[in-house]
Amino acid sequence: MASRRAFDIRHQTGFPVVALTCFFLLYLPIAALVVYAFNAGASVAVWQGFSLRWFVTAWNNEQVLDAAWRSFRIAVCAAFIATAAATMAALATTRTRPYRGLNAKYAFINMPLMVPEIVVSVALLIFFSRIKLATGYTGLGYLVAAHAAFCIPFAYLPIRARLEMTDLSLETAAADLYATKWQAFRWVTLPLLWPGILAGLMLAFVISLDDVVITEFVKSAGQETLPTYMLGQLRRAVTPEMNAISTVFLLISVGIVTLFFIVSRKRT
Amino acid sequence: MTHHSQDQFAIEVCNVGMVFGSGAHAFKALDDVDVAIRENEFFTLLGPSGCGKTTLLRLIAGFSYPTEGEIRLHGRDIAALPPHKRPVNTVFQNYALFPHMTVSENIAFGLVMLGRPRAEIRDSVDRMLKLVQLEALKDRRTGQLSGGQQQRVALARALAPQPKVLLLDEPLSALDFKLRKEMQIELKRLQHETGITFIFVTHDQEEALTMADRIAVMSSGHILQIGSPRDIYDRPAERFVADFIGETNFMTADVLSCADGTAQVALPGGARFAARVPDGVRPSGQVSIVVRPEHAELVDPGAGAHLTGRLAHVVYFGTDTHYHVLLDTGQRFILRRQNSRNAGAEPPEGAVVGIRIDNGAAQMLKD
Repeated sequence: MASRRAFDIRHQTGFPVVALTCFFLLYLPIAALVVYAFNAGASVAVWQGFSLRWFVTAWNNEQVLDAAWRSFRIAVCAAFIATAAATMAALATTRTRPYRGLNAKYAFINMPLMVPEIVVSVALLIFFSRIKLATGYTGLGYLVAAHAAFCIPFAYLPIRARLEMTDLSLETAAADLYATKWQAFRWVTLPLLWPGILAGLMLAFVISLDDVVITEFVKSAGQETLPTYMLGQLRRAVTPEMNAISTVFLLISVGIVTLFFIVSRKRT
Repeated sequence: MTHHSQDQFAIEVCNVGMVFGSGAHAFKALDDVDVAIRENEFFTLLGPSGCGKTTLLRLIAGFSYPTEGEIRLHGRDIAALPPHKRPVNTVFQNYALFPHMTVSENIAFGLVMLGRPRAEIRDSVDRMLKLVQLEALKDRRTGQLSGGQQQRVALARALAPQPKVLLLDEPLSALDFKLRKEMQIELKRLQHETGITFIFVTHDQEEALTMADRIAVMSSGHILQIGSPRDIYDRPAERFVADFIGETNFMTADVLSCADGTAQVALPGGARFAARVPDGVRPSGQVSIVVRPEHAELVDPGAGAHLTGRLAHVVYFGTDTHYHVLLDTGQRFILRRQNSRNAGAEPPEGAVVGIRIDNGAAQMLKD
């Protein structure tokens, strides 16, 4: 097995050093953030003993709870809208013979991944302010719409990957066995697609939850989400309360992404 | 014994044409195809890949629609009906079993979609499980089954709704040799027990000969010949049919006279012989005739020999032996002899030998 070893990247000289350095640099700041969330003192740099006081403080902070609840509502709505749209887009782009312009369509659906966020933010700010003026509506709808739009490609990718794995002849077989188009979708395509849809939903939820740039531009007065609230606080005094909120945030995100992994690997 | 009258057809394909693409990229997959399949028949579409046999099957199933012509089921034109409205079911080449369902759920699918009462579905599924001998595996997921078991689930699933016609798209091609032989017998049994018309697509000529009541040989979008396995094998009308099915010796011969579907011809080397003439052909001049390798025997050169030559190779095949003879005219002729314990001594390679063709074994081709 000498030849196989020669091609294994792990046996390249210096590989362990480079890899460990990268991981260290990536995770050291996050580790420090998490550690200082448990600081007894008011500093984010000087360790003064273990305490859960900042978690309690954050939990009792009305503004934090308000922002977190708003973030949650926006993320849920945006994730559902984005996943529904992404499912339809994935069906439309895979359940067809390849045709000229199909690649352009992929690019179009994935545009939010490529267009700089700040450009979208400015565009939406101007666009929505016109609508706000004209209609007088200043609710959460704008944020939901904006989040749903940039979440579509994130929901689209796992759904399309899943669809490309499922055998087209299964739908033909369903039609052959007296299933109408809708029945074939309901009883064959959808159950097989389900893990992809769930994965897309969770990914879209996480992406919406931590967005700052677009939210900062689009939100109306008093519409702080958790990330924009934290950004605002950091401009004033920095206390381990931010670390505590970040730590909880991290746990939720990691939890959902882990779930995403488990679901998308299921039954493949 | 009741006998179905010849004109009671399950499927009639009338002047069907199928063109894929358009303009300069147009490809004619089927050209003026005409075939009538009788009720309770085991009908085989045989041809090399790309000959249009699967296209024709998909048209009958309703997965695509013909660009020309009619497809009739018991006299009713169904060419424009979607697949879920046709009482025709398919066994797919890759089986296409639903991976998220159990064996029972797969078999029940068609009946559930038809909205049959629950008790009836349960009874049908039980009957099907018994028919294909899979009762013990009914609650398994299909991914946990072997190829042969998946094959039988696919059959049961297609038979459960009791279709008028069952379409089989090379269903045995993914199985190994022994299992394929078993399934061939199994399929014949199922067809016999269910009394359903089977249309079977294959590129395997041996499979076609052993299983079919009638065979349609296809090539480049045309049906070249339709007939019983014996007709197709013994009396091929076209060069392609003779060449595609089994081994054949082709010879050119001169027509001397012709009467009652039999022509007297002069074989290369001058010997006279009678050859069958295909329907609708009036032979004259030089023609092609074919003789199957097992329809001739090696004899001493001289008396009774139609052809003479030198024995070039002897190839032993276990059940039989092939003799390659280089004729005096320069052509090759292959003979096949069944091996048996009391077969006579065989001539050595290089010996001068004579060939006697069995009476009635020579067939003239259309071209």
